[in-house]
Amino acid sequence: MSERFVRALERITRIGGVQGAMLVAADDGLIIADASMEGVRGNAVAALAASLAKRFTRVSKAATVGAPRFLHLQAEQGTLIVVAALGGVLVVTMGGADMNVGLARLEMLRVAEVVA
Amino acid sequence: MRRTRAVESWTLIPLETFVEETGARLTLLMTPAGQVLAQYGFTRAVDVMAAAALGAAIFSSTTEIAKMLREREFAAVNHQGVRHGIFLGSFSTRRGRLLALVVYGPDSSVGLVQLFFEDLVAKLMAASPEKVEQRPVLAADFERELTQSLASLFGR
Repeated sequence: MSERFVRALERITRIGGVQGAMLVAADDGLIIADASMEGVRGNAVAALAASLAKRFTRVSKAATVGAPRFLHLQAEQGTLIVVAALGGVLVVTMGGADMNVGLARLEMLRVAEVVA
Repeated sequence: MRRTRAVESWTLIPLETFVEETGARLTLLMTPAGQVLAQYGFTRAVDVMAAAALGAAIFSSTTEIAKMLREREFAAVNHQGVRHGIFLGSFSTRRGRLLALVVYGPDSSVGLVQLFFEDLVAKLMAASPEKVEQRPVLAADFERELTQSLASLFGR
């Protein structure tokens, strides 16, 4: 099962500028499957991205716009993207400033479908 | 009002940081025998004593299970409930083996607790003083020391 997920994640990691992609349990903040480059603290990214998604869910629900589907965090030296899949799973991708965000998002939505 | 209290002051800042970062509801730092070094979030002494005794018992049980499985020990145990989770982790310091019992709610997660538990362990290891020679506990001292510890843990 996990191998199938890793293969799905590799569709994302093939995109230029992507440093890693993972499936994360939204409630637990734990990694389900990981395809990240060496040096990426996967467990830290998973836990903090899930925490971020949880907080944004509260914000968007308070704003009566429903649960967030797509989070895009643009940092000084890179980007973090989170897509919510069905079943309480998050697809998380991190990359450099040169990452093709549009393509990454497209592949992340495909991965979300595979997971669902 | 400060909700983190410590019998041993070197545990205070690492524990406060941990609680702030994880959003933990309750946290106990204690020895495997259930002697409490610091606490966050408890308001009644009886709850601290019960939680410490139960946490130490869980650790003792899982240590025995680990022995049966020929594991050295389980570093951490997580019990996931519907509204709350309980994380129990053991680690070494210069003061000897310690346990952290953490209760977290839906605004936190086991992933966050695990992540910042690693930081907590590193900070406690760095802050811990050398182990002091254990002296025998005398009945005459026991009640006074217990009262002092509870006073420290509840700021009374």
